[in-house]
Amino acid sequence: MLRIENISKTFNAGTINEKQALKNVNLYINDGDYITVIGGNGAGKSTLLNIISGVHTIDEGELILDGIKLTKMPEFKRAQYFGRVFQDPLMGTASSMEIEENLALAYRRGKFRGLSWAITQSERRLYQTQLSRLDLGLENRMTTKVGLLSGGQRQALTLLMATLVKPKMLLLDEHTAALDPKTAKKVQDLTQELTQENNITTLMITHNMKDAIKYGNRLIMMHDGKIIYEASGEEKKSLRVEDLLKKFEQNAGSELVNDRMLLA
Amino acid sequence: MISFLQSILGGANQGLLWALLALGVFITYRILDFADLTAEGSFTLGGATAVTLIVAGVEPVLSTLIAFLIGTIAGLCTGVLHTKLKIPPILAGILTMIALYSVNNRVMEGAYKGISRINTVITYFENLMGNSKMLANTMIGLLVVGIVIALIYWFFGTEKGSAIRATGNNEKMCRALGINTDNTKILTLMISNGLIALSGAMVAQQQGYADISMGIGAIVVGLASVIIGEAFMSQKFPFWLKLCFIALGSVIYRIIITIVISIDIFESSDMKLLTAVIVIIALALPKLKTAVIGNNSKKRKQQEAVLAEGEDGNAEN
Repeated sequence: MLRIENISKTFNAGTINEKQALKNVNLYINDGDYITVIGGNGAGKSTLLNIISGVHTIDEGELILDGIKLTKMPEFKRAQYFGRVFQDPLMGTASSMEIEENLALAYRRGKFRGLSWAITQSERRLYQTQLSRLDLGLENRMTTKVGLLSGGQRQALTLLMATLVKPKMLLLDEHTAALDPKTAKKVQDLTQELTQENNITTLMITHNMKDAIKYGNRLIMMHDGKIIYEASGEEKKSLRVEDLLKKFEQNAGSELVNDRMLLA
Repeated sequence: MISFLQSILGGANQGLLWALLALGVFITYRILDFADLTAEGSFTLGGATAVTLIVAGVEPVLSTLIAFLIGTIAGLCTGVLHTKLKIPPILAGILTMIALYSVNNRVMEGAYKGISRINTVITYFENLMGNSKMLANTMIGLLVVGIVIALIYWFFGTEKGSAIRATGNNEKMCRALGINTDNTKILTLMISNGLIALSGAMVAQQQGYADISMGIGAIVVGLASVIIGEAFMSQKFPFWLKLCFIALGSVIYRIIITIVISIDIFESSDMKLLTAVIVIIALALPKLKTAVIGNNSKKRKQQEAVLAEGEDGNAEN
């Protein structure tokens, strides 16, 4: 489905801050895959996601989705294929717009926006049913400004917005990292529900190794701009956190230094 | 006294025509969150275009509409400079503004062009109203502002308008949802500068001339009107009422200026200084407010602390 071929990305090339974020990364994502991505700070996890969604341009390599070449396509055009949720709950929604207005914006992802009304009555009914699934009472607050919602509520809403029109792929960038454990669990459960129900191909970066093992059918570990370990199927199912730490030491030649990951 | 009231009414009438400028500034500054200095040039551009066309014998209403369209081109320039050439908003606006200074001189073939005793949009209404200049001015001001507010209200309720509001709110999200933020920004700047040029066209026809300096300080006048309007509105107001209050802000601003200038010690050239002072006061108001309220809450905390101590004391007893 999505072919990542030999992709490299360097930031601030030619300056003292030069950082090679991705080094000849290859990855083939199958239709229906749910891949979890782990790795330390600066490993290139977010860069990989941003390269796919088009936030960053690609220095070298090709990105091909179902035969469509995405390599040079601008971010807003690629949006028709990808649903995205960011780490920062403020990033995924427009705070001074109403809940239903945000959903209406998401409902038109990949469609032409013309001069017809931004939101119709029949859409409102759809949004109401969808919101009631979140179990946060948002279905009765459709005209509330999103800025008044909590981080967890906003993240749940962003997740709903990302899947309102079924994307070819869902890109999750540590989308539960900024939430308290209870809310994080709720948002993660919702993620499972939405992705399984529509069989959405998913790429999820997580700092939580238990989650990385528990969810999805494939796991990749990144370090220093490269994929250093990959597990799928039975191998992935039988993994334990200690195994991952050991794999990291073996493949990266150093200890996994990320307090957040160890504590999670 | 009567002449004073008349000058107030005259100021209010002017305010209605300048309200179009305020609405244009509101669209970029508040909705798109883009401080667009093109206004200074596009206001004059509108006046120069309308006056030149009318003098050349073009029908006044048509001339005014063309002035609007020419204004949108000014916005297009700033938009392209910012989005495609990645020039920061303020600099992009300044560049277009300074370029327009020369353009305006070319359009008028000089620094001044008069249209006294020639038919304008305003004189249409004067004839309609039985030659009452004051009433005609009020009617046309209300009519044009009413139409523009209705159009803005409609537009920002559409899919495109909604995308623009979202762009002003969260660009990153917009791109993730497939909105071409370059295009929404350019479109907004075009609409805004079209309105500002329309305002210049109306003002030039009302005063009977266009001159190269008529746009100086336009951005500050627009901001002053927006800020005054917002001081009177509640956040709970529906969008159309907010737009009405922005227009009202422009009228109030003109009335304030008229009153101040009628005081003997001021000359009309002091107006820009007064405008700057009004905007500074209005911008500083929230800061001053929190300073005052902050003191109050400190006092309250002290009182609470005293009460709490008292209760503790009682408990011990």
